[in-house]
Amino acid sequence: METADTQPLAAPPGAAAPMLRGGNLHRFANPGQFLRLAARVQPWLTWSAVLALAVALPWALLLSPPDWQQGETVRILYIHVPMAWLAMGGYLGLAIGSAMALVWRHPLADLACRELSPVGAAVTALCLATGSLWGKPMWGTWWVWDARLTSVLVLFFLWLGHAALVRAFDDAERGARMGAILALIGAVNLPVVKFSVDWWNTLHQPASVTRINAPGLHVDILYPLLACALGFSLAFAALVLARTRAAVMERRIRALQLAAARRADQG
Amino acid sequence: MTKKRRRLWLLLLCGLGLGSATALTLTAFQDNLVFFRSPSDIAREAPPPGRAFRLGGLVETGSVVRETGPDGKPDVRFKVTDGPNAVTVAYGGVLPDLFREGQGVVTLGKLGPDGVFRASEVLARHDETYMPPEVADALKKSGHWNPEQGAPPPAATWNTLEPSKAPAGRSGS
Repeated sequence: METADTQPLAAPPGAAAPMLRGGNLHRFANPGQFLRLAARVQPWLTWSAVLALAVALPWALLLSPPDWQQGETVRILYIHVPMAWLAMGGYLGLAIGSAMALVWRHPLADLACRELSPVGAAVTALCLATGSLWGKPMWGTWWVWDARLTSVLVLFFLWLGHAALVRAFDDAERGARMGAILALIGAVNLPVVKFSVDWWNTLHQPASVTRINAPGLHVDILYPLLACALGFSLAFAALVLARTRAAVMERRIRALQLAAARRADQG
Repeated sequence: MTKKRRRLWLLLLCGLGLGSATALTLTAFQDNLVFFRSPSDIAREAPPPGRAFRLGGLVETGSVVRETGPDGKPDVRFKVTDGPNAVTVAYGGVLPDLFREGQGVVTLGKLGPDGVFRASEVLARHDETYMPPEVADALKKSGHWNPEQGAPPPAATWNTLEPSKAPAGRSGS
């Protein structure tokens, strides 16, 4: 047991170097499988997202009834709430991917996290912007520093910080590790975002859909909202999958170019 | 295998430490994380005079008095209540659209020596219910809900209500 663990370390550095290089290519054997699987899933994901949004958006934005006191402004909810859910659900995915990358050193998880964070930052920005647009006519203010709004702003900075940090290192692997650590530290913010409206007095209203008793929305508003959430989630997944596939292929091309250059050097 | 296991335990341990540190910090700052105080909080422990704070609660039914001050500016007085306690609020400015009796509000201002809260800002607070106007009308007509008295009845009683089939004119229950 002990000897098996120490053997690769005991190998002379000269012997380890070519093995590592070969390992770099071998490491994408698994991503190759991912590429094959993803290529089959991608069209289904993309087209179901298009279809779901083609049904959900007209339903929510045109056909659903207004709210008795908010009037037509309630339609902002159909964008705002799915974006908020995706901002948090996506971050949960980032945290899980980061944990997997740290523990099992899975390069595919690193790549997926790297491609996830700009999309996560975008949906969080949309959540904040639509919330602000709703807040001005309804609350009477664009922004307040209550616990919910502030914690979502922190979530936005975490997304941005992760996206920037993983790209800030010349050594991609080091950047990915730093990003994974940041993502996991930032995960403590998730329960704060979710429960801020229950733990403290906030201007933001408590959750409507996931209440312990019945949802506080009439079905004529609830169903189009759930349809929008499904459509946006599918679109989010399709976008992240497409970005991850592109990133894996980019890595492959770079590895092939490097190998070709090395051959040309030697030959 | 053992290395992975060790990394996993290290990660879980770090998570536990970080989680408890955050929980302790949030508990320590409990009072500062509150966006507004309720009239009962004020009754229990009045903030020092002259210090600005936020007061939140429901606008008490029948308490809104709209007047025009000597300088022609609107002068509104209303009571903010959380049930057991109420604080009178004076405000000279434009109220948000959602402001009405029975609505939640958050006001920023200072408590005067006469016990009147002089607000410089009034924000409306929306509750977590959403319903089409027809459903709200049906609930009001059937006597199940008066928006001026506060929050709507339990959502299970109305969130699948079809307004056209709602029993109209039935009062009480």
